[in-house]
Amino acid sequence: MCQVGEDYREPVPKDPPPPPRPGHEQQKCMKWCVKCKKGAPVLVIRAGDAFCRDCFKAYYVHKFRAVLGKNRLIFPGEKVLLAWSGGPSSSSMLWQVLEGLSRESAKQLRFVPGVVYVDEGAACGRNPEDRAETLAEVQSILRSTGLPWHGVALEEVFGLPQSVLRHFSQEPAMGDGAYKEAVDGFIQQQQGLGTEGARDSPSLSPGLEQLSWPSPHNPQSPARPHTAAETEALSRLFNSVRTLTAKEELLQTLRTHLILHVARTHGYSKVMTGDSCTRLAIKLLTNLALGRGAFLAWDTGFADERHGDVVVVRPMREHMLKEVAFYNHLFAIPTVLTPAIDTKAPEKASIHRLMEAFVLQLQAQFPSTVSTVYRTSEKLVKAPRAGRAASPSRPCCLLCLCMLDVDSADSATAFGAQSTTALSLRQAPALQTQAKEPTVPCCSPGLCEDRGCCRGARPSEREDLQACVIEQLCYSCRVNMKDLPSLDPLPPYILTEAQLRNHRAQAMQEIQEFLIEDSEDEVETGQS
Amino acid sequence: MPAPPCASCHAARAALRRPRSGQALCGACFCAAFEAEVLHTVLAGRLLPPGAVVAVGASGGKDSTVLAHVLRELAPRLGVSLRLVAVDEGIGGYRDAALAAVRRQAARWELPLTVVAYADLFGGWTMDAVARSTAGSGRSRACCTFCGVLRRRALEEGARLVGATHIVTGHNADDMAETVLMNFLRGDTGRLARGGGLGSPGEGGALPRCRPLQLASQKEVVLYAHFRRLDYFSEECVYAPEAFRGHARDLLKRLEVVRPSVVLDLVHSAERLALAPAAQPARPRACTCCRALASRPLCQACTLLDGLDRGRPRLAIGKGRRGLDEEAPRAGAQPPPSAALPAF
Repeated sequence: MCQVGEDYREPVPKDPPPPPRPGHEQQKCMKWCVKCKKGAPVLVIRAGDAFCRDCFKAYYVHKFRAVLGKNRLIFPGEKVLLAWSGGPSSSSMLWQVLEGLSRESAKQLRFVPGVVYVDEGAACGRNPEDRAETLAEVQSILRSTGLPWHGVALEEVFGLPQSVLRHFSQEPAMGDGAYKEAVDGFIQQQQGLGTEGARDSPSLSPGLEQLSWPSPHNPQSPARPHTAAETEALSRLFNSVRTLTAKEELLQTLRTHLILHVARTHGYSKVMTGDSCTRLAIKLLTNLALGRGAFLAWDTGFADERHGDVVVVRPMREHMLKEVAFYNHLFAIPTVLTPAIDTKAPEKASIHRLMEAFVLQLQAQFPSTVSTVYRTSEKLVKAPRAGRAASPSRPCCLLCLCMLDVDSADSATAFGAQSTTALSLRQAPALQTQAKEPTVPCCSPGLCEDRGCCRGARPSEREDLQACVIEQLCYSCRVNMKDLPSLDPLPPYILTEAQLRNHRAQAMQEIQEFLIEDSEDEVETGQS
Repeated sequence: MPAPPCASCHAARAALRRPRSGQALCGACFCAAFEAEVLHTVLAGRLLPPGAVVAVGASGGKDSTVLAHVLRELAPRLGVSLRLVAVDEGIGGYRDAALAAVRRQAARWELPLTVVAYADLFGGWTMDAVARSTAGSGRSRACCTFCGVLRRRALEEGARLVGATHIVTGHNADDMAETVLMNFLRGDTGRLARGGGLGSPGEGGALPRCRPLQLASQKEVVLYAHFRRLDYFSEECVYAPEAFRGHARDLLKRLEVVRPSVVLDLVHSAERLALAPAAQPARPRACTCCRALASRPLCQACTLLDGLDRGRPRLAIGKGRRGLDEEAPRAGAQPPPSAALPAF
């Protein structure tokens, strides 16, 4: 439709301009590439703009480099983990990085990349044979890149440490000056290295030696062998989730934790994900509908610093999915096709699917839909809305690690409305039939010990844990957790961290009266 | 299968399941709960102080009917007095019937009713006349753009006429959720930054407005009207099918099937959106023409009317706005064109 020589087996005509088809007046104005005015156009990206192969490549590569250059977030010599799923966008990103490294020009990328691949087969209910097949394909592609890579299976979430859920603060953000200094220092260092031919720290040597990267000592870690029991546990967890919407959110949460863990254990300070512009527009509207309005800037912005020490960056955020698809096709970027959790699900199965279908459909009718939504997202900032409490010590969500966005229960907000209904419903029967129903959760978890009303019985203990986990979640994660009948199948690190935080909060309450407050202005602004 | 007993009073049989919580309640308990929730919203949000004279924007539709009824029940507890204000947009065959419903309600509840008409307020422009005027402009006729702006203006006039101190409208959670989706799809950052709360506190001399039903879902509003046997007018405006809102409404309906709480989740998102300072709306000021609240020298109502009077109805909508500078109003002194041109 948009590409000349649409028959996909045929090589793209390079030299001779395509003969004008009779009766096709559009052909006239697209005789030459709009950029160089002499190449034969091979595809149309935007309405009326036909690009030749080389100009399209230049345009595409420039966009990628420009996003990185504009933001100046990735310092030279920094270790960057590329989150690669095998899909078109992340594959394109991987190859962009490879190309940027191998180029002999002055504009070489100066960071040290590694790749992480997460095998989600168990969550999607795939059988071991299929997974092994996919894994072999993945390995052959990754080997061909020559980058160090880490293959992890989603099952490994059962072995994650609690520390994944913590925020490790980093030294304050550095300004432009610091970036320039770092670049200059790096270049000098490299020149020194180039003449001496020796390198002291292997972590600071990308670029020049890229091609001769020793493949035998690749620090690649082939997937830790996961046991069948873990696979079983993971599929039990996902099967217990009632809705596909919550399943997708859970998968995303676990995947993020796993990637974060890999990044931290191997000393990567940045993670790159391949979210394209189209994907981000869909994600934006999806997250809006999931109640994540407060976190949109983190979820879809260029940089996501919520973890503190590891920053997630999205360098593909200016590329439309269509461009990605054409680039991958024209330049034969290898991708791996794996069924995802929502494959073959009907359109009405989840909020994610519905939003995707809606945006893509509207985009087909109104080609500016995606870019409009995307531009709107750029106007969002990573701060609580003006007038809201913004104390830095505010607790973070246990799952998504964003700052909690829930007010007290009886405020006139959407959250307040829901919790008051829940409260009035719960109170009404409790008053009438108190004697009959002793297991009704009659108090908040913090007060249980004092009153001693939820003592002893196993079910109430479980409810206690449930309440204590729910309390530590943001609005959206609470809604998702409602689709999870029991917390038991969740990986242990989440539950233990929840208990730890709960204990800490209780201890804090006990010593509260002896602590001296030093920030009355913040407390005052809390109520709006 | 017999209906389960009401989960609240345990005496009567349940007559409904609450859409959000799934709880089975009898009609009386549901209505009591609904009223309690609206009361909670008004009190917790400090929307209507005691002694306020409240103008209820009554269209005759379900939302405003329910709002007026609930507030009438709550008025003694809140210590406010109510006035109904209806707007006659001049849409033949639609508004007349709706206004008849408003009149019946006012008579039944013994509330004072005031009707303000577009034709009187806006120099003879009725919506039918606007529709005729915009009909030739090719694309969608954008009737709702005009009607929405002018109705807000008319409501304000009507409220001032009855000596009200506050204006309440019947927007429910679904309306709010649609609006958020719509503003994102249109990239309307100004409105995104402004929206979210339960109303505006009345800046720049305008009356404070609020939406007490904003946290109530549309389904519950309909249920309440059903159990209170309220008489309302339920037909879609003849111009509505052309509105952009249809896309958002459609999407919301489908989303709600997948996750019933999505409406409130969207409202929550809207409450929490944080926009860059550059996207914040301009400081409100008074319109140079009618002294009403405006974010530009001329308020949107005056701009639209000006466009209509000049026979260029799309002047203030979307890209038509570019035409605003090219031709200043004929009346009044104009600066020479060279002075108006920006220096490049």
